[in-house]
Amino acid sequence: MRYAGWLKKNLFAVVLVAAALVDPLILRTSFLRHLSIMVLIWATLGTAWNMLVGYAGQVSLGHGLFFGIGAYTTTLLFVKIGVPPSIGILAGPILAATVAYLMGLPLFRLSGFYFSIATIASAEIGWILFTNWDWAGGARGLFVPLKGDSLVHLQFTTKVPYYYLALLLFGLSVYAAHRLASSRAGYYFRAIRDDPEAAVSLGINIRKFKAVAYTFSAAITALAGGFYANYVLYIDPDSMMAAKFSTQICLLTVLGGVGDMWGPLIGASVLIPLSETTRVFLSGRGRAVDLLVYGSLIVAFAVFQPKGLIGLTRDVLTRARRAMAPATAAIATVEKPPSAPQDTGQGGMI
Amino acid sequence: MDFAGGAQVLLGGLLTGCIYALVAVGLSLIWGLMGLINFAHGDFLMIGMYTSFWAWALFRIDPLFGLPLTGALLFVWGVLVYYGIVRRVLTAQRIAQVFATFGLGLALRSAAQFLWTPNYRMVDNPILGGVIRVGSVSLGKAHLVGGLTAYLLALGLYYMIVKTDIGRALSATSADKETAELMGIDTDKVFALGWGLGSACVGVGGALLASYYYIYPDVGLMFSTIASTIVALGGFGSIPGALVAALIVGVVQTSVSFFLAPALKLAMVYLFYLIVVVCRPQGLMGRW
Repeated sequence: MRYAGWLKKNLFAVVLVAAALVDPLILRTSFLRHLSIMVLIWATLGTAWNMLVGYAGQVSLGHGLFFGIGAYTTTLLFVKIGVPPSIGILAGPILAATVAYLMGLPLFRLSGFYFSIATIASAEIGWILFTNWDWAGGARGLFVPLKGDSLVHLQFTTKVPYYYLALLLFGLSVYAAHRLASSRAGYYFRAIRDDPEAAVSLGINIRKFKAVAYTFSAAITALAGGFYANYVLYIDPDSMMAAKFSTQICLLTVLGGVGDMWGPLIGASVLIPLSETTRVFLSGRGRAVDLLVYGSLIVAFAVFQPKGLIGLTRDVLTRARRAMAPATAAIATVEKPPSAPQDTGQGGMI
Repeated sequence: MDFAGGAQVLLGGLLTGCIYALVAVGLSLIWGLMGLINFAHGDFLMIGMYTSFWAWALFRIDPLFGLPLTGALLFVWGVLVYYGIVRRVLTAQRIAQVFATFGLGLALRSAAQFLWTPNYRMVDNPILGGVIRVGSVSLGKAHLVGGLTAYLLALGLYYMIVKTDIGRALSATSADKETAELMGIDTDKVFALGWGLGSACVGVGGALLASYYYIYPDVGLMFSTIASTIVALGGFGSIPGALVAALIVGVVQTSVSFFLAPALKLAMVYLFYLIVVVCRPQGLMGRW
C-alpha cells in the first residue's frame, strides 16, 4: 500500500522516467534519436537557467558564455594537452563556476534590465575574445579528433550511448535544481524573487545567494557544453556564444513555464523539434525559410498563447474542472496564476 | 601619436556615436513608454537600410533624398507592428512581449535573406561620397552629414517630448498610464505614436547609414545590442542619458580600434559598460 501511495503521488515522474528509458527502442531512426538528444541538452540548459531566473528572479541573457567555456575547456584540454574528455568535461564546470562567482558578486548589484544587459555584454566579450583567439581555433572553431567507440573519450559511433548520457545529464540537472529549491537556500531564493526588499530586511544576504544560484547554474550549463562538444565533435564561438544561443535558452524555458520544474523539458520538447525539423526540411537553399517559419511561429505563439504551455495546460484543466463541477467554478477560477518571477517594478522585462 | 591623430579619432568616434544616438533614442522611447525592450529594433534599422537601397537601385533615388520616404514608411511600419502584435500582448506577462519582438526580429532577418539573399550590398557613388579634409583630419562626407543629421533629429525628438503637447502626452503615459488616461489621454494612440516614432528614428538611422555602410540581412544584430547597451549605460528611462552615452560609446569604440585592435572595439565597449554600471548601478543619468 505504501508503494501504491508513493506511486500515485509521483506518477508523472515515474511515467516520464520509464518513457525516457525506452525512448531509443521506440525512436529508431537516427534523426529522431538526434532530436531526443538535443531536446535533453536544451532541457538541461533550461533547467540550469531556471535556477537563476525562476528561483532568484534574475534574467540572464548570456548563458552561452558558460556553455562555451564548458565546450572549449574540454576540447582544448583534449586537443592541446591530451586529457581525455571524460575527465576534461569536469574541468569546464569548475572554470565556469569560478567565472560566474567572480562575475556574480559585482553584477548582482544590478537589478532588472541592467543585469540582463550586463550578461549580454559579458557573453559578447567572450564571443569576441574566442573569435580572435587563434590558439583556440579563432572564428573557424575546433574539431575534436575522432577516436571511435570509447567511453574514456566520450565518443560513440551510434547515438544510443549519447542519448543515455544526455538523459543522465538532464537527470543530474533536475536533481540539482530540486535540491537547491528544497534546501534552505531554496527558501531564500524564493524570498528574494518574491520581494527583494523584505528579504534584505530579514537579514538575507541577497547578493551572496544570487551569486550561489548563478554559480550552480553556470556549472551545469558548462557541463552541458562539454557534452555537446563531444556529441557534435566540432565547436566554434558563433554557434554557442552568440546572442541567439543564449536567447534560445530563455525562449524555451519561458515557453514551457518559468520557475516550473518540468517547464524547460516541455519547452524544449516543443521548440527544439520545431527548429530542427524546419531546419532540416526547409533550409535547403540557404534562404532561411526555416527561420522565417520559426520566427513567425514564435510571434504567433506569444500573441495567441502568452501564458506559455504550462498556462495552456492549466487553462484546459480549469475548464475541464469547471465543466465537471459547476459548483466549485468560483474557487477554480481564483487559482494562482502560473508561477513566474515577480515584476521587479523596475520596468524590467519579467 | 600627434594632435591630428587624436582629433581624427575623436571626431570619427563622435560621429559614429551620433548615429548610435538616433538608434538608441528610438529604443529608449519605446522602453520608456512600455517598459519593454524591442528586440527587433536593429531589424527595423535593416528595413530602413534596404528601403534606401531599393529606392536607389530601382528608382535612382539617392539615400539622402529618400530619407523622408524611409522615415515615413518606417513610422507606418512601427504603428502597424504596435496594432498587429504589441497591442495584443500588452496585458500578458512582459516575457510574452519580449518573445513577440524577438520572434519578429528573427522573422524579419529571415525574410530579408529569403527575398534579397545574404549578399552584402552597397550604394555606389552616393551624393555623399568622398571625403572632406580639414587640415590633416579627413572625414567621410556621408559619415559627417549622417552623424550630424542623426544627432539633430535625436535632439529634435527630445525637444518635442519635453516641449510639445504630444510630447507631454508621451511623457505622461510613460510616467503613469492610469493617471494619464484619467486626464483624457488616449494611451492606446500614444503607444502607437511611440512605436511609430521609435521605428521612424531607427529607420532614418538606417537611411543615413545606407550611404556608407554595407547592407545585409543581419546588419541590425550589432546595432540592437549596442543600442540596448547605450540605453542601459545612459540609464533606463533617460533620453538625455542615451544621447550622452551614445557619444561616449562611439569615442570608446573608435579609440580602441585605432590604438589597440579593430577586432576588440566592441569587446571594450561592453567592458566599459560593465565597469560603469558596477560602479553606478542606475547608469549615467538613470532614475534608478
